[in-house]
Amino acid sequence: MTTETIFAGFGGQGILFAGKLLAYLGLYQDKQVSWLPSYGPEMRGGTANCTVCVSDQPIGSPYVTDPDILVAMNGPSYDKFIEAVKPGGIAIIDSTLVTEECSRTDIRSFRIPSTALAAENGLPGMANIILVGKLLKETGFAVLEAVRPVLEKIIPPKKANLIDANMKALAIGMAL
Amino acid sequence: MERNLMKGNEALAEAAIRAGCKCFFGYPITPQTEISAYMAKRMPKVGGVFLQAESEIAAINMVYGCASSGVRCMTSSSSPGISLKSEGVSYMAGSDLPCVIVNVMRGGPGLGGIQPSQSDYWQATRALGHGDFQILVFAPSTVQEMADLMGRAFDEADKYRMPAMILADGLLGQMMEPVTFKVDEIQHHDASEKPWATNGHGNKRRHNIVNSLYLQAEELERLNFERFERYETVKKELHEAELYKTEDADIVVAAYGSVARLAKAAVDRAREAGIKAGLVRPVTLWPFPVQEVREACRNAKRVLCVEMSMGQMIDDVKLALDCRIPVEFYGRTGGVVPKPTAIFEQIKLLSEKEAE
Repeated sequence: MTTETIFAGFGGQGILFAGKLLAYLGLYQDKQVSWLPSYGPEMRGGTANCTVCVSDQPIGSPYVTDPDILVAMNGPSYDKFIEAVKPGGIAIIDSTLVTEECSRTDIRSFRIPSTALAAENGLPGMANIILVGKLLKETGFAVLEAVRPVLEKIIPPKKANLIDANMKALAIGMAL
Repeated sequence: MERNLMKGNEALAEAAIRAGCKCFFGYPITPQTEISAYMAKRMPKVGGVFLQAESEIAAINMVYGCASSGVRCMTSSSSPGISLKSEGVSYMAGSDLPCVIVNVMRGGPGLGGIQPSQSDYWQATRALGHGDFQILVFAPSTVQEMADLMGRAFDEADKYRMPAMILADGLLGQMMEPVTFKVDEIQHHDASEKPWATNGHGNKRRHNIVNSLYLQAEELERLNFERFERYETVKKELHEAELYKTEDADIVVAAYGSVARLAKAAVDRAREAGIKAGLVRPVTLWPFPVQEVREACRNAKRVLCVEMSMGQMIDDVKLALDCRIPVEFYGRTGGVVPKPTAIFEQIKLLSEKEAE
């Protein structure tokens, strides 16, 4: 079984980091994982995205056109990928920035005002992590406490103070 | 052993250091800059040298000098930068110097783009510089293989006294996958194992000369003959390909590097649809795995070559098969990655053609 997720948004929203977090969670569960970023002109001002595959088997194509899960953090990314989500899949949408209601009825879609929630809770720049929290809840991929060792691994020591903030953001997402 | 989640570029750099690479000379270019960045951070910590040269041409000539002294060394770049290095590579081949050159391919020609491509296959396998010569070419397909083939490239380069190339692409360089390093510690390679190296004779032997200039035609011809005899040995000893579901395959897809993974997904999909499809993935591009390709296509009715180029490896596939089986082509170029679904459609098309 392979789960393919596309994270998409603006450069600077932590799209690549959100993907990295999911990939590491897979790694720590002894799964096969791949993390493929967009790079180049897209990142310089436009949309940034990354694709994460988590599987029990070696991953064939790390390049995904129809994901099981979409995490969309802006309008252009939502427009680009929403139709590509596999029927039965999941879309997690930052409703602060994506105004359009999701019209697809063959997927489970969740509109979360994560940018607003991050600001309200004093967690600037962590809208991405709130959405990851929601993703973990809806997929049952990992429990909250399982994420801490991963954060300790991927957040550099000089930014260690951000670990608790990330945990708080995850908890907000998981509670929704 | 620890599984590390690393970018292909980083895995390659770490593997080079563990393989005993002591000096890295480079010049930044997307999509391989992580190699330089990793080397800049790590090399000084392990007593090695990281040097960002003023240009690609300077970097390859530093590799020439360093390799002459018998030290394991490398450079890396992406397509346009590799073209700049080609003079130096020719000089190294002409001087029988081992080294590793990494090309993380991007779209061309010219400055092209920065998205993944495989359009330097001809350059790598036919003419990475002027003159009669070949270099060893390895084509990884996973981040793990980026690491594994790096160590191998250094060993084989030393063994045959030839430059070796890792031919990767932007997709492999940028993506992260788990990687386990086969060697825990940094290997040490003593330059004294290379009796030809110009590393100081200490009045104990005649001095060595590393050179590629021979004004006597007969002498140059003799050296070229000798070198090509060595190439024949390499062809016998060094050829590798992965065969996937080819035993009973009617349609065999030939693809290398990252595209082989996309093709593998397409082959699986074709099998689900009841089409007997298989995949042959060359791991060495020079020497080309002729026997393996023949073996893979033993029962094939049609072959589909898939590349991120306008069709370059397809010539080698046809030659390997002596043109006995029709070889069709599907490719995307300029930095566009072929979709597994599109490859599957091509397989389906060939299968329908065959059924007619």
